[in-house]
Amino acid sequence: MVKPPLKRVGEYCWRVEPFGRMTVPGIIFADNNLINDIDEKTISQVCNVAALPGIVKASFAMPDAHMGYGFCIGGVAAFDPDDGGVISGGGVGFDIACGVRTFHTGLTVDEIEGLRERLAESLFRDIPAGVGSTGNIILTSGKLDDMLAGGAIWAVEKGFGTKEDLDFIEEHGRMKGAMPEKVSPQAKKRQQEQMGTLGSGNHYLEVQKVVEIYDNAIAEGYGLKKGDVMVSVHCGSRGLGHQIGTDYLREMASQAGSFGIELPDRELASVPVNSPLGQDYLGAMRAGVNCALANRQILTALIRRVFSEIFHKAQLKMLYDVSHNTAKMEEHEVNGKIKMLLVHRKGATRSFGPGSSDLPPRYKSFGQPVLIGGTMGTSSYILAGSTQSESLAFSSACHGAGRSMSRTAATKRWQGSQIVKELAGRRIIIKSRSMRGLAEEAPDAYKNVSAVVEATANAGLAKKVAKLLPIICVKG
Amino acid sequence: MWEHFAHQADIGIKATAESISKAFEDAALALTAIVTDPKKVDAVECVEIECSAEEDELLFINWLSSIIYEMDVRKMLFSRFEVQIENLTVHAKIWGEKINQIKHSPAVEPKAVTYNQLSVKEENGKWTVQCVIDV
Repeated sequence: MVKPPLKRVGEYCWRVEPFGRMTVPGIIFADNNLINDIDEKTISQVCNVAALPGIVKASFAMPDAHMGYGFCIGGVAAFDPDDGGVISGGGVGFDIACGVRTFHTGLTVDEIEGLRERLAESLFRDIPAGVGSTGNIILTSGKLDDMLAGGAIWAVEKGFGTKEDLDFIEEHGRMKGAMPEKVSPQAKKRQQEQMGTLGSGNHYLEVQKVVEIYDNAIAEGYGLKKGDVMVSVHCGSRGLGHQIGTDYLREMASQAGSFGIELPDRELASVPVNSPLGQDYLGAMRAGVNCALANRQILTALIRRVFSEIFHKAQLKMLYDVSHNTAKMEEHEVNGKIKMLLVHRKGATRSFGPGSSDLPPRYKSFGQPVLIGGTMGTSSYILAGSTQSESLAFSSACHGAGRSMSRTAATKRWQGSQIVKELAGRRIIIKSRSMRGLAEEAPDAYKNVSAVVEATANAGLAKKVAKLLPIICVKG
Repeated sequence: MWEHFAHQADIGIKATAESISKAFEDAALALTAIVTDPKKVDAVECVEIECSAEEDELLFINWLSSIIYEMDVRKMLFSRFEVQIENLTVHAKIWGEKINQIKHSPAVEPKAVTYNQLSVKEENGKWTVQCVIDV
C-alpha cells in the first residue's frame, strides 16, 4: 500500500487532497515525529471516511491516530443529515461511549503516603475488573431499560453517587433520545451482570497525583493544585455496547448497498442518518452511552466507599466525565451558518471551548475539561477545550496515547512481572489479574502521550492545564 | 492450525484446515487463545450454537460473534468445538468451563468480531479463514 501524498499546511497540520471518491480532504494533526508514526493503513482509513456520503469539511485524525477498523482510532467526521449524511457503526466502534471520568479526592500526596499499599489492595478487591468479572447489581429486563433511558441519573436515583455529580458529566448524565427498545435482547442479556465493572484490555482505574500545572487560571477554575491526589476511571458500555455494535454493523453492512452507498471497507458500514435503520442505531447507541455513564457512576460509588473506609478526610468530587467513542447531533458552524451535524468521534474527545451551553456553570469561562488517559507508567493530562478547536475539527481533541505496537508484538517483547517490578521501582503500584494482560498493555507499546498532548495543544485543539502521574493502577 | 497476527490496536486470528468446518473450529481456538491458553480450559460443559448468513464471510463473523456472546453471558471459556456447516448454517457444539481468574488468568476479553482483514477462502483444497477481533 502506498502512503497517499501528505501536504504540510501548518506546523501541526497535514492534508491529503481529495482523490478518487473522496469529496473532502483528509486532515491530520501531528508533529514531525508523530506524522511518521501514522502508517499508510491509518491514512487510507482517513481517506475512506472522506468518501462517505454527506461528510462536511474534512475527515480528521487526531495526533494519537492509529489503525482502527473502518474509521481510524483518533478519527473525527461530521455528516449533514439534510444532505444525505450517514451514520456509521464503525465510526463509533464496539465500545460505545468508552470514556474517562476523573475526580478530586480532597487529599494530597503526603496524606496517602503510608496507606498507598492498603488503598491499592482495597481498590483491587472491591472494584470488579478483568475478564468474566461481575458486578453486585443484577438487572432484569425492565430495570435495564430504565437504566438505558436514564444513564447516570438513573444510577444516582438508585443511590450511586449524588445529584451534584451529574452537572459534571457530558450530557448532564443522561443522553437524550435513547431508545432501549432498539437494543437487542442479546445485548441486554450481556449487560445483566456487568453493571459496575471495569472491563479489561486498556481499561483501568488509576490513583494519580497532579505534578505540573500549565495554566494557573484554568487549573484554579477546575480546582486543581500541584500535589493533589486524583482518581481516573477509563471504561465503557461493556457487553451491551459491544453487542449493539455487532448487531447494527451487520444490519448496516447489508443495507448500505440499498442506499447506493459503496463501502471501500465493510467495517465502514453506514446508512443515512435519516433512514429508519440510521434512527434505530442512533437510539440504540444513545442507550449504550447511557449504559456507560451509569456504569461509571456506579464505579464512582464503589471507589468512594473504598476511600472513605481508609481516609476520613476524603471527599471525592467530580472533575468531569467525557466519552471518546460517540456519534452526537451537535450544532456547528459551516461556511458561516449554524448547522445540526452528526459528529462521529472514534477515539477522540469532544473539546467544547469557553461559553459552550453544554458546560457546567463553573467551567463556562474555562472550556470543557478534556481528559487524556496515559498508560500504566506514563502521565495523564487534563486539557481544556479551546475556542479555536471549533473551527479546526468540530471541537475535538485526542483521547490518549494511542498504540504504537500490536499486542502480539508486546507480549513477545515484555513480561508482565518485569513491568510490575520496573514500575514498583518508580513507586507505581500495579494491580492486575493477568500478567499477559499487563505485557500487552506495556507503557512502551503506546506512543509517547506527552508528544501527543503537546501536538494537540500546539495545533490549537485544546489547552494544556495539568499533568498527572500514576500512583496506583488497577488494570482491567 | 491457528495463529494470531498483528493489528496495531487489536488481535488478528487466522486458521487453515482441510475443510471450512475445521477452519471454523480452529479459529474458535484462536479466539479462546486471546484470553488464555486453550489447554488450561477443561471441556466439561456443552453449549449448542446455530447461526446462519448469506455468505461464508458473514457466516464466519456470526459464528465467532455467537461464541463471544456465550462467553460473555455464561462467563465461560471454550476449548473444544465441533462444527458442521450445511447451506450456510453452522450447527455447532462447543465445550468449556466457567472462567476461573486463578486457573485461567484471563488476559483480555474479546469485545466483538470486526470485518477488518476478514476473509474465508479455499485454495487447493485448503480453507483459510481470518479476521481481527476487537479487544
